[in-house]
Amino acid sequence: MTTVSGPNDDILIKAGNLRWKLGENFHDSLMESLYTEASRLADRAVTRTGAQQHFNWDRTLDQLLTGRWTGFPLMVALLMVVFWITIAGANVPSALIASLLIDTVHPMLQTFGSNIGMPWWLSGLLFDGVYLAAAWVVSVMLPPMAIFFPLFTLLEDFGYLPRVAFNLDHLFRKAGAHGKQALSMSMGYGCNAAGVIATRVIDSPRERLIAIITNNFSLCNGRWPTQILIATLYIGALAPPALGGLISASAVVAVALLGVAITFLTSWLLSRTMLKGEVSTFSLELPPYRPPQILRTLHTSLIDRTLLVLWRAVVFAVPAGAVTWLIANIPIGDQSIAQHVIALLNPFGMLVGLNGVILLAYIIAIPANEIVIPTVLMLTVLSSGAANYGEGAGVMFDLEDHRQYLAVFNAGGWTLLTAINLMLFSLLHNPCSTAIYTIYKETGSVKWTVVSTLLPIVMGLGLCFLVTQIWRLLGGAG
Amino acid sequence: MTAARSETSCETCPIHHAGNLVKLGVNLTGFDYVVAMAGNPNTGKSTVFNALTGLRQHTGNWPGKTVTRAEGAFSYGGKRYKIVDLPGTYSLLSTSTDEEVARDFILFGQPDVTVIVVDATRLERNLNLALQVLEITDRAVVCLNLIDEAQRLGIAVDERTLARDLGVPVVPTAARRGIGIQNLLKTVHEVGTGVLVPKPKRIVKHSPQLEGAISQVADALESRFAGLANARWVALRLLEGDDRIIQAVTTGEIASIIRLSESAFGERMPAGEETVP
Repeated sequence: MTTVSGPNDDILIKAGNLRWKLGENFHDSLMESLYTEASRLADRAVTRTGAQQHFNWDRTLDQLLTGRWTGFPLMVALLMVVFWITIAGANVPSALIASLLIDTVHPMLQTFGSNIGMPWWLSGLLFDGVYLAAAWVVSVMLPPMAIFFPLFTLLEDFGYLPRVAFNLDHLFRKAGAHGKQALSMSMGYGCNAAGVIATRVIDSPRERLIAIITNNFSLCNGRWPTQILIATLYIGALAPPALGGLISASAVVAVALLGVAITFLTSWLLSRTMLKGEVSTFSLELPPYRPPQILRTLHTSLIDRTLLVLWRAVVFAVPAGAVTWLIANIPIGDQSIAQHVIALLNPFGMLVGLNGVILLAYIIAIPANEIVIPTVLMLTVLSSGAANYGEGAGVMFDLEDHRQYLAVFNAGGWTLLTAINLMLFSLLHNPCSTAIYTIYKETGSVKWTVVSTLLPIVMGLGLCFLVTQIWRLLGGAG
Repeated sequence: MTAARSETSCETCPIHHAGNLVKLGVNLTGFDYVVAMAGNPNTGKSTVFNALTGLRQHTGNWPGKTVTRAEGAFSYGGKRYKIVDLPGTYSLLSTSTDEEVARDFILFGQPDVTVIVVDATRLERNLNLALQVLEITDRAVVCLNLIDEAQRLGIAVDERTLARDLGVPVVPTAARRGIGIQNLLKTVHEVGTGVLVPKPKRIVKHSPQLEGAISQVADALESRFAGLANARWVALRLLEGDDRIIQAVTTGEIASIIRLSESAFGERMPAGEETVP
């Protein structure tokens, strides 16, 4: 309360004195009379006519979706269905867009460049670096986003998200965090920057920081393609062909669930170390289920989310494409910059079960996770001399056949261990630059931005190291 | 004025719609009136907002969707309206950021019209907030939303009884389907231009002792700040020890809340008054 003396203090003192006389339960009785009045007015205006079965319909759904035994399995099942539709549905359009942008337009651009007498380095930088990076991002990201975002929005419209928050609430509370973190976490599966902004629904600054720091453990759009590809190539291949798809899908969901587990663990650790404090209670209204407006949802989720996120990805992929091409083509001594850096990073990379190529790719891909795989491929070709794949040094390319990916990776000395560690590191590494910038804007604190950025890297490298040591102890290859 | 025109038969006609309502999206320059939208979470406030402005702000079926104020604009009957979608709250009394944003905007932003969106299927709980808003401002319109859902659930709300009891216009809508939006626009326009002057009935009963206390403080306030709107409400807040209001009285900021009826309609506050700090 302000205690500065001012010209109007007499009124405040008068009110203060009267407040003492009114007694303690004055506020309660005030609220009571308000509620009584609201109830009286509602009674006068509302008439009800039977039709109770609709209430039961809502209640039955709630009993299933938030039930003690059914809530979690249904949640995981829904998650799987959404991802399965996204993965399965995105393949065909992805291939179509890729064949258009990469197999047709790209050679046309190269021909055009040589026809007008463009110097090789300029056409290389523009068409092989910048254009291919953008084309890759569009073909890989657009179809899954155009499927995932509307599906997610439909669930949201229907009223499912508050039920997820309800299911997860007691877990978050045990971890010392806020139940609404479930909402920002789900948003993070689309885009971590959006997830960080979504933490605004959490009032307590302490719990909001926990939600912001752990949002990166929700696999975002840019990381799903990496997970899916690597799981298909290395983990699905372990199973007989008939089961391959199922096994690789389970591997991806397992990584996603590991992310959830790490979210709880990190929240718990933070709330006991750096961010101690009470858990704040909140009341969450479970809204009635409403039939989603399908057309409007499609429209808003396509315009607002898909194109916006895609545009951002392209904007970030363009400079990254240029950088990749440049470091792969500017030589120092007898080797390119990229080869020098890879050689430098390789010993450490091997120690944690990855390699120098992957580490360099993750540095180049800080602006956008989407370009990790193309960068890895390009750098692998470059460093292992497997130049008969793709289009040669410094070109970001798209390999149509899974066997070709595998051939490139194997030429780079990859093993099953490398694949597993790449999936883990894809889950646990620094947020992309947009997410980092968003964290800074939302927290206004350099300290917490640095914590949010470095914590996942440390955890990721630690986990990879651990897995590698155990793997080698048990005599695995790699 | 468009008030006398019958709207019902024309409501669905697109030409009529285009004539009266130019959807302006977020063009916020040169508006004549400011409209605030208040309501409980999850009453379809954002949907009403979108229906009024033609914006496609993302709406979602979960509470706390609108975390900051969203702003838009529309024009109707030759007047340009700026509309502010406040975060959904259950009350204007306690201390969460959302409630503070909503209350401060209604109190200090002094919107020309406040649209209170209430859920027809949960009228009693929604009226708690509506009554609190009506304690602060006279110039309000109740938007009785989700009447389609109420109908599905076998709930009928008599809007005329409600309007009479509250003393402000009540417009039934089903914003998701665009039902009643024309009527809402017309009513907002009438209240904004002063054709319709709502007189909220403040009938919440207090104990005689509290009534006495309120009167004492309110009298002191009114003699200090001539023309102070809702002095009784401010008095009640002071008695409750509301920090924000105490601060406003200390700094004299409270004097900015003058009775709108004493200023000529159409003359807006200086632009700085529109935003919440």
